[in-house]
Amino acid sequence: MSHSFDDISAQLKGRHRRTKRLKFMSMGALALAATFLVVFIGDMVMRGYPAFQQAELHVPVTYSEQSQEIPLAAVEEDVRDLVSRGWLRQLPRDMAADASLMGQTIDRWVIADDQVDQYLKGHKSHLKPKQTAVLDRMIENGTAELKFNINFFTTGDSKLPEYAGIWSAAMGTILTLLVTLAFAFPVGVLTAVYLEEFAPDNRFTQAIEININNLAAVPSILFGLLGLAIFINFFGMPRSSPLVGGLTLGLMTLPVIIITTRSALRSVPDTIRQAAFGVGCSRWQVVRDHVLPLSLPGILTGSIIGLAQAMGETAPLIIVGMVAFIPDAPTAITQAATVLPAQIFTWAGEPEQAYVERTAAGILVLLSVLILLNAAAVMLRKKFERRW
Amino acid sequence: MNSTVATPAKPAAATRPGSPVVINEDANHELAIRVEDLNLWYGEKQALKNINIDVFQKNVTALIGPSGCGKSTFLRCLNRMNDLIRSVRIEGLVEMDGRDVNARNMDEVALRRRVGMVFQKPNPFPKSIYDNIAYAPTMHDLVSRRADKDDLVESALRDAGLWEEVKDILDQPGTSLSGGQQQRLCIARAIAVKPDVILMDEPTSALDPISTATIEDLMDKLKTQFSIVTVTHNMQQAARVADYTAFFHMGELVEYNDTKTMFSNPNTKKAEDYITGRYG
Repeated sequence: MSHSFDDISAQLKGRHRRTKRLKFMSMGALALAATFLVVFIGDMVMRGYPAFQQAELHVPVTYSEQSQEIPLAAVEEDVRDLVSRGWLRQLPRDMAADASLMGQTIDRWVIADDQVDQYLKGHKSHLKPKQTAVLDRMIENGTAELKFNINFFTTGDSKLPEYAGIWSAAMGTILTLLVTLAFAFPVGVLTAVYLEEFAPDNRFTQAIEININNLAAVPSILFGLLGLAIFINFFGMPRSSPLVGGLTLGLMTLPVIIITTRSALRSVPDTIRQAAFGVGCSRWQVVRDHVLPLSLPGILTGSIIGLAQAMGETAPLIIVGMVAFIPDAPTAITQAATVLPAQIFTWAGEPEQAYVERTAAGILVLLSVLILLNAAAVMLRKKFERRW
Repeated sequence: MNSTVATPAKPAAATRPGSPVVINEDANHELAIRVEDLNLWYGEKQALKNINIDVFQKNVTALIGPSGCGKSTFLRCLNRMNDLIRSVRIEGLVEMDGRDVNARNMDEVALRRRVGMVFQKPNPFPKSIYDNIAYAPTMHDLVSRRADKDDLVESALRDAGLWEEVKDILDQPGTSLSGGQQQRLCIARAIAVKPDVILMDEPTSALDPISTATIEDLMDKLKTQFSIVTVTHNMQQAARVADYTAFFHMGELVEYNDTKTMFSNPNTKKAEDYITGRYG
């Protein structure tokens, strides 16, 4: 006897209910993840936004022989403690660079001390009542203001929070990643090509394969130890340098690039290889003319994701000495340098509110670059993607 | 030696095992490929057993037989495509132009330049129609000047009967064509390097009847220039296009005969049973 629609519907009810339940659960999981993301980014923006602003004071600056000897004499006594010491220290150099300044008194905007900065931003500060009285008056007549903090993007780390910036860490990151890319990309892609297209399937290659997969799961700090032992101790490369840091991160990125490249190569249909062999391509021509172009989007995506991972890495760099106080931006891969996440780590350890702001701002910069890198990966994939 | 071929009916023509039982007197009888005592194993499993066969120049030779009988495996022996499969072991002689193609000093790339291949599923390169044709001849240094390439692309496409359909869209991807057009593009790609032999591995099995008929006509035309060896599941196709037909069963060559004789009066019981549809 066959079942009526009502019988079937009665049984279906439970099944539909389960579908709905699963749908709500998955939507709930997504909502939870999205909430965390929004809270995290919102918090970072709230904390980091003030770092993009810096208090400046409009004061008369006297360029005289006395102020060249004792820079403090360049500004009036009541604002001496309000002006950044870093700015005052730089005054003799400014005067040496521009002789026409001598003997003049110029009304100009001057970077304020970090305590003034905090006071203007409404945070707690260590200013004395007498100083706050002066400052209140200046705020009132518009000679103390928050301005866009260009220094944050143009200077390196500093012991004076108002002068601490992200530039040297950014340069360090760029140089380090260039080394990583130059090392890990060709080595990784060629290794994957060999394993996928040339290597015989025997115990030896299987062992290599298993080891590469395991390597991807090794804690990153161990790569730091490896880098220290090989690059610094054995090869004698300069410590703290992007060269050593980049090679160390390269070792770490290598398995990621090999694995993603292999899966990209494997996704090229065998019919294409057969077609190429069929018209008399040598193995290398098959790889170069057909397999690699088709797998390029996958290879690039994997490499960029591997690089992004390397960019966010701090632990192995502690060991090779790249988590350090580096005020000057490196210009060569052998100079001492630090990287963005290491800079964030350093600032996070400082007690001053100005450094706390900079920590969050540094995270925002790092996240923006990571998002840009991932967007680049998506765009490259779109651009090179070909259908077959 | 345990020959799989019955005693020759015409001793004068078929002096060796592997010659077809009946020779078509009108056909060209110069040898393109001579296969002697060919054995092939996939690991432990023997897929081809003592195959002896003479492939004649400028003829269509069809390989028929039930699935898994070894006909495609045999076809791939002729241009060493089996090299790509790791567990394969081959013994015996495949001779072309006086040389053993499996010999150490034979470069498989050179062999494939003279023995082209068309596959079951159309597999044009993900390049333009033009580049699909021009790629291999350029690689083999047959042409280098743009004008020569243009001529070659046109003549290959004309020979493949595709020129009129694609002459205005040469820069479009080869994969944008219909299945039948793609297969003819693959044939044009194969003939562009001017091979001696073209192997076709069930070239019409993925195509509709009209495209199939077009390809069959094409094979008939192409055999004036090339030796064609084709594998087919479709016995009518073998009867229509082939001059000689080889019937494979369980890795053995059961009968190799003039096509007319094969389909009207086969020498072996197995071939007769297969052709009349009793199994397979």
